[in-house]
Amino acid sequence: MVWRREEMAQRAAREIEAGSIVNLGIGLPTLVADYLPESLGVWLHSENGLLGIGPFPFEGDEDPQLTNAGKQTVTFVTGGSTFDSAMSFAMIRGGHVDLAIMGAMQVAQNGDLANWAVPGGKTMGIGGAMDLSSGARRILALMTHTTKEGEPKLVGECAYPLTARGVVRRVITDLAVVDVTSEGFRLVECAPDVTAAEVRAKTGAPLLGG
Amino acid sequence: MAGRHLDKVRQTAVEALEGMRDGASVLVGGFGLCGNPEALIAGVVERGPRDLWLISNNAGNLGKGLAAWLKAGLVRKVTCSYIGNNEDLHRAMASGAVEVDMVPQGTLVERIRAGGAGIPAFFTPTGVGTVVAEGKEVREFDGRQYVLERAIRTDFALVRGKVGDSFGNMRFWRTARNFTPLMATAAETTIAELDHMVPLGDIDPDEVHLPGVFIHRVIEVPDHEDPFEYRTVRPRPHRRASSEGG
Repeated sequence: MVWRREEMAQRAAREIEAGSIVNLGIGLPTLVADYLPESLGVWLHSENGLLGIGPFPFEGDEDPQLTNAGKQTVTFVTGGSTFDSAMSFAMIRGGHVDLAIMGAMQVAQNGDLANWAVPGGKTMGIGGAMDLSSGARRILALMTHTTKEGEPKLVGECAYPLTARGVVRRVITDLAVVDVTSEGFRLVECAPDVTAAEVRAKTGAPLLGG
Repeated sequence: MAGRHLDKVRQTAVEALEGMRDGASVLVGGFGLCGNPEALIAGVVERGPRDLWLISNNAGNLGKGLAAWLKAGLVRKVTCSYIGNNEDLHRAMASGAVEVDMVPQGTLVERIRAGGAGIPAFFTPTGVGTVVAEGKEVREFDGRQYVLERAIRTDFALVRGKVGDSFGNMRFWRTARNFTPLMATAAETTIAELDHMVPLGDIDPDEVHLPGVFIHRVIEVPDHEDPFEYRTVRPRPHRRASSEGG
């Protein structure tokens, strides 16, 4: 049984240490926020200039001038702060963000990350992805194991334009948790009833462990 | 002889934009539709300069904000970090009408910060080993590689503040601040659009987010559209029917 999107987000939330600063990418990674109890003391950072992102506002309280990096209306938690983009990226490049959880199109066995453009496709843009992947202390990729067409997204070498080289430490997919090690991909954990053989068959590079 | 910091207040956006000619380079504050100087953006359309070089994080979205410049055919080149669902920019880029220079967001704001701070170039780890570093100097410091990026300075910067005074001291609201304080420093002429103009001295010196030294012209615009880009809410819990209404 593969992990659903919510279960992937829940599994990713277990990677987050108490009292850490975390940036959640647009899309699937944003769901991780739903699984972080207040008691964990985690501060969510948004690169448009916000530390301490709270849940979506109650209907009627939304403010078009209080948004996250995905341009969705959000709130603050108690103790939140706002600041300009230069300070926000000083937090990112300066190593003050402990963990970035990012969506990915491809991850290579050496930790190369590709998540901003498909050759020949419509370019959405770089946004903060290159700064986050070069600057955050730890990079976790959260993505489906294969494309809609069934092509592996864990690959020997990225075919898509790179976001950063050798930065991804762990990948959580709908099938498994996979680490990037100096020897390549290593299977850490499978989703319930998913076998190591199935994960290996859907991975585009050698997979150690399992 | 009068310096640049006398009589900054203008009555209309078009008046404030005096001197913006064809081929001008223009920084525009805002992150998507958040924190846009809406009246100045409309004022540029009214004035109608052509061949602009627009530097802004998104250059509009959902047909709003800076998309008006693309629709009016005012722009020759866009430097931005993200296009996303900005179909006007996708179209302008695909047709070849507009050249797009895609820059990582942190590099974009740092290039602007450097431009305003008298730093011609800097090394950053962002983009090393990617297309962003192609054709640029890469140098190793303390065992890690960094790419050389150049500063940006422009003819104009158009920015928005929540509260400001006649000298241009400004405060911002929530995440509307984003690129604005940096952009304000990096232009020959910076024009500020204020939601509320207050008398000089009303803003406590310790509460000034951006000192007026960076601002050259000021207009007050009390009414803004402030469109929602993606309105995300959750239902209000435990609301009794008797308390509803109004």
